[in-house]
Amino acid sequence: MELTNSYPAYNYLNEPKGLKSWLLTVDHKRIGVLYLICISIFFLLGGIFALLIRTELLHPGADMMTADTYNQMFTLHGAIMIFLFIIPSIPAALGNFILPLMIGAKDVAFPRLNLASWYVFVGGALFALYSILTSAVDTGWTFYTPYSTDSTTSVISMTFGVFILGFSSIFTGLNFIVTVHKLRVPGLTWFKLPLMVWALYATAIIQVLATPVLAITLLLLILEKAFGIGIFDPKMGGDPVLYQHFFWFYSHPAVYIMILPGMGIISELISVFSRRKIFGYTTIAFSSLAIALVSFLVWGHHMFTSGQSELSTMIFSFLTFFVAIPSAVKVFNWTTTLYKGSIILTTPMLYAFSFLILFTIGGLTGIFLGALTVDVHLHDTYFVVAHFHYVMVGGTVMAFLGGLHFWWPKMFGVMYNKLWSKIAVILIFIGFNMTFMSQFIMGSQGMPRRYFTYMDQFQPLHGFSSVGAYIMGLGLFITMFYLLASFKSRRPAGANPWGALTLDWQTTSPPHPHNFESTPKITHGPYDFDQIAIEDLPEDPENGVYVKEEKEKIKA
Amino acid sequence: MDTTGTFLLPPSASTMAGETDALFYFLYYLSIFFFILITGGVVVFAIKFRRKKGDISTTKGPSHNTVLETAWIVVPLILVMIIFVWGFKGFMKQSVVPKDAMEIKVTAQKWFWSFSYPDGTSTANELVVPAGKPIKLLMSSQDVIHSFFVPSFRLKRDVLPNRYTVTWFEALRPGDNILFCAEYCGTKHSEMLGKIKVVSDREFKEWLDTNANAGADMNPADYGAKLYTSRGCVTCHSVDGSTGNGPSFLGVFGHEVALKGGTTIVADENYIRESILNPQSKVVAGFQPIMPTYQGLLKDRDVDALVAYIKSLGEK
Ligand code: HEC
Ligand SMILES: [Cu+2]
Ligand SMILES: [Cu+2]
Repeated sequence: MELTNSYPAYNYLNEPKGLKSWLLTVDHKRIGVLYLICISIFFLLGGIFALLIRTELLHPGADMMTADTYNQMFTLHGAIMIFLFIIPSIPAALGNFILPLMIGAKDVAFPRLNLASWYVFVGGALFALYSILTSAVDTGWTFYTPYSTDSTTSVISMTFGVFILGFSSIFTGLNFIVTVHKLRVPGLTWFKLPLMVWALYATAIIQVLATPVLAITLLLLILEKAFGIGIFDPKMGGDPVLYQHFFWFYSHPAVYIMILPGMGIISELISVFSRRKIFGYTTIAFSSLAIALVSFLVWGHHMFTSGQSELSTMIFSFLTFFVAIPSAVKVFNWTTTLYKGSIILTTPMLYAFSFLILFTIGGLTGIFLGALTVDVHLHDTYFVVAHFHYVMVGGTVMAFLGGLHFWWPKMFGVMYNKLWSKIAVILIFIGFNMTFMSQFIMGSQGMPRRYFTYMDQFQPLHGFSSVGAYIMGLGLFITMFYLLASFKSRRPAGANPWGALTLDWQTTSPPHPHNFESTPKITHGPYDFDQIAIEDLPEDPENGVYVKEEKEKIKA
Repeated sequence: MDTTGTFLLPPSASTMAGETDALFYFLYYLSIFFFILITGGVVVFAIKFRRKKGDISTTKGPSHNTVLETAWIVVPLILVMIIFVWGFKGFMKQSVVPKDAMEIKVTAQKWFWSFSYPDGTSTANELVVPAGKPIKLLMSSQDVIHSFFVPSFRLKRDVLPNRYTVTWFEALRPGDNILFCAEYCGTKHSEMLGKIKVVSDREFKEWLDTNANAGADMNPADYGAKLYTSRGCVTCHSVDGSTGNGPSFLGVFGHEVALKGGTTIVADENYIRESILNPQSKVVAGFQPIMPTYQGLLKDRDVDALVAYIKSLGEK
């Protein structure tokens, strides 16, 4: 590899120049960055709602807002975090950037469709924001009927916003499927693909197959509200439980749209930072596909207490346990990969460890909820709230942050502050556990979710949980600051600071506008650390050995 | 209230609770085992195989192991199948109502619970039941979806607007149990609480008897005042002139009321009666038609008493 480790003068960030060149770009890297900017804003917004919720819950009764405002807060927190942050976070932001690089392609298969997906995303997001500003929805992010049919808040514009967002997700999914099939560099066979690519591919399949169902469901809801066509509302002869079936038919697979790409990132991080061939490559790859398929058959586990027939309840419970197995297998594989490795505790690796521990807790508590009698007790309590935050935040968000720190030097060519990044990951880990571990206990004690006020006996745990949320919030704010500061200090990261073997690291950081200056060659598998010793491996990657002399150059 | 709960679970006060708790604790210890296995693995490996300074040699750990990989598919599979059967068996027990169960009708509405007994007695937000007797609940909602959740019974069942849902329980011993609404239903979702008061068989019979004659020894307006709180009117109507979800009762009777659509009407006994039993027929101007109907939930005598009470507030 004769790649320059300096900051390349000619790269996708500065060529071509101007705002217009960004807004009309068809470069997957730039579109990824555009997405990254949007989702970061929404993450901040959803996070602020979360902090407001936790502050209100410090004490029973009204502290700073009315019950109706509170109901809007938790709805907006959920809707923004899910539809505007987590779902697009890894595939559309990081995935867009990294997928073509990982397979040695110049771009995705349909670059214009890719840009369209971003504009559709912005359009849907604007609709959602408009609805928040007029009269924010109070239905919960699930929009359950007949509550949502009756609600006088702006359910129509919010659901229409989500409806539009769905198309952006479908466009991205379609693009990824075709890209993986058609644009792999010669020699890169399916079983030489990085596991991140497998994960994005499995995710794309779910995006394309499940999202239309959400679109139809929300459209039916809008028709019912706007034109009084009875579909879900019993007052008009509809069936409210039918809505739940439709909704979860999308939203359970959507859980895997959120977690699968995160699992992809973890596979990369664990292997690179233990300098070790990943354990059980094929099992991990196929378990992604298995999850994608089985995830379509378990939606009824959200409805064990809804009065659906005993037979369907039994089948859904049974299948739910099946979908747990591939996830468990992955966790075992990752842990075993550490064995006899040569482990480097970089910030991305600390995020990977956080993921392993938190996702394990999230998965194990999922088993509680799949067991019928236990679910009857725990359903719709804080136990469920804690469970899905362990999966979505402990899983997906940790993976996202890990991936962001991993590819940040590739995306922007600069390295962030090593010390602050470690302080932040530790604060986030501690704060997160304080926030949600306490909620498991409240939940199993019977504290129902979506409660504006609560019985005094829960106050200590609620208080503890809120303090945890502040600590976690602090960690995330620190992250925001040192990441932005990295643009100012401009410590060049080098082409391959982590010594990774996948193709995305075989170009400059930030990459050339066309990704690679010449078509990359496949000389080894993505994780062949057992065959290749990287000689120019930085001693301390986050401090960048190349840094000193290069820094002078860049300032000149 | 019962304080026999543990750190993780509330008191167990129904025949179902024991079985649910056994499975809960099985899962709990199983989880702790796997948690220690994984976290321990991560921590130990991270320490033991930490990279030495300057080490750039290749690593030679195994990249697969068929025995191990089969084991960690098969063992969890067996475990989850055990859990599945265990949970399912309990669930079936919960679904099959014993034949001799006493049937009580549960009506949920924003934001309170009403219960009506076979003999016509009815209560709001308080369900009184005998210990050691199976109780069948036939539940429906007047508006949106609610959920009947009694943590100490490990019991939860959604209450739907368009159909009946059925569940049952048998309380173990006398005592009070809290009832929550577990399905989000709007403004006062978190205040839609009730009490399940479990009493001995004898006390229960006595309670039914006194209830059948409730109010007989009181003057109607006083009895109406009692019903005003116990039947949930208080959640929407004030008696001090302040407007809540519905108009205040103060100074209504005998005065003109403006109705939606522009007409007016003088509030007399018939109007009040109709407003209670068929609230949607004449809606007061400036209010949403959210008042639930009390048709079938109030006895004739109760309606009379409420009318008398509202009348007494009108004259003031
Ligand atoms: C969920 C809230 C709610 C509850 C509970 C409720 N009401 Fe109402 N009620 C309303 C609303 C809103 C109106 C005004 C709109 C209408 O006329 O339907 C109203 C109107 C009335 C009126 C007519 C008042 C007027 O100013 O003309 C009477 C009488 C009345 N309610 C009696 C009762 C009684 C008695 C109870 C308890 C047994 C009760 N309501 C429970 C919401 C409620
Ligand atoms: Cu699900
Ligand atoms: Cu409720």
